[in-house]
Amino acid sequence: MIEIEVKNLNFYYAGGNRVLKNISMPIYKNKITALIGPSGCGKTTFLRCFNRMHDLYPGNRYEGEIIFQGKNILDRSIDLIELRTKIGMVFQKPTPFPMSIFDNIAYGLRLRGIKNKKELAGRVEKALKEAALWDEVKDKLHESALGLSGGQQQRLCIARAIAVEPEVLLFDEPTSALDPISTAKIEDLIVQLKSKVTIVIVTHNMQQAARISDYTAFMYLGELVEFGPTEKIFTNPDKKLTEDYITGRFG
Amino acid sequence: MKGIGRRKLKSNLAFFVCFLMALWGLFWLCFILFDVLRHGITALNPALFLNDPAPPGFPGGGLRHAIVGHFLITIFATLIGVPIGILGGTYLAEYGRRSKVARFISALADIMISIPAIIVGAFIYAIMVKPMGHFSGWAGAVSLAIIMIPIVVRTTENMLTLIPWTLREAAFALGAPYHKVILQIVYRGASTGILTGIILAVARVTGEAAPLLFTSFNSAYFSLDMSNPMASLTITIFQYAMGPYDDWHTQAWGASLIITVFILILTLAGKFVISRRFKH
Repeated sequence: MIEIEVKNLNFYYAGGNRVLKNISMPIYKNKITALIGPSGCGKTTFLRCFNRMHDLYPGNRYEGEIIFQGKNILDRSIDLIELRTKIGMVFQKPTPFPMSIFDNIAYGLRLRGIKNKKELAGRVEKALKEAALWDEVKDKLHESALGLSGGQQQRLCIARAIAVEPEVLLFDEPTSALDPISTAKIEDLIVQLKSKVTIVIVTHNMQQAARISDYTAFMYLGELVEFGPTEKIFTNPDKKLTEDYITGRFG
Repeated sequence: MKGIGRRKLKSNLAFFVCFLMALWGLFWLCFILFDVLRHGITALNPALFLNDPAPPGFPGGGLRHAIVGHFLITIFATLIGVPIGILGGTYLAEYGRRSKVARFISALADIMISIPAIIVGAFIYAIMVKPMGHFSGWAGAVSLAIIMIPIVVRTTENMLTLIPWTLREAAFALGAPYHKVILQIVYRGASTGILTGIILAVARVTGEAAPLLFTSFNSAYFSLDMSNPMASLTITIFQYAMGPYDDWHTQAWGASLIITVFILILTLAGKFVISRRFKH
């Protein structure tokens, strides 16, 4: 089942630089879709279209359509606050807010007007458990989140994103700043999460894409070169360019 | 090898001159502080804080009127200046961060920081004291607030720009509107820095005499009414130190000590806040 359908997406940064060229591809529901490609190919730019992060900076321009729940989310009339409630994001570097662990997780819930203490506590616990962080932090929920290790901070950010129960989660190289053990934990977590949410992940690490994703999109110079099931992309790609990249001949 | 000897000699000479100059500066600073302490401490007694001035020659006079007046003027200056400063700094760092107007205001604030305080006093004299017809505590508070505003604006702007954009993006990605991102995330991250700016701004204005001379002027009586002329420690120092009586001179030293200690405490508090911030 298709969760998001991208149709002829073009993206221009302020100044007119065209960074995404005619991208069309589906994002399947409850699957992990990996975006791979060399640095500067536009994969992060593409990911940031899904929650309209580019709108924070004036002058950026989208063309084409991204259909989600029957609506083009690139439309001007879309309520960005509501969109970002449904499509969450985890960034490259952990971004814990300067507040307690509990308040970090509760932040998105409070934004949605949940004030009941019992409900907040319940949902914070649930999110932390889903992010496999509960056992490590349950005794220090009211201590600053800045005191956690990098890997814990990243899982905290995942917990914060899933606490509001989004439909889609965007990951922008979530493990590139982490050590191998933390990376393995986050990868396990992402795989577990796909039963609940649809996942799109940008990664520089091809092994990671091969390990965890169901579908892979290979991008090069702003274009989508090839999209398909991960197994096919990694074992029997249609395009020569994809094969060259996968086998490490460039990139 | 001859060249190396000369270079070493030059280096040592430069080092020696720098060291001497640092010592020279430090000597006068310690001299002033020591002198203020030595003279001021003899003036310190409960009456200095609890009593209002007595006629010259009568014992037991104090500076209660000036201490309270100074306190009130400073408090109201802070209440006026700090919110404007913080909101202005927020505009420069957040909403207006790309606009030319913001860059212009930011440059202007930099110039305003070094504006001579007496010009601010004369300005307030012209726009407040003259139209009102008399000196007032309010005019004093406003002139001190004007000196505080650019300091608070610039420190707030600097502290907010230090907060990484990724942190704001993370809050936006959770669906937070901009004003909540600023209030709940950015301010929280920058709070110690902003607080330091406020403390330093208060420390700066609390030692000012010039802007008060034209505005709150002076008074020999205790008053809580900000719409009348009001005594302040700095103007009292000026008046008493110039006066003919030994009592006045002693009390002027006492007032100097009080202000010096107050500024010292504020500055140390500012440094303490900074050191705690960077420990984390």
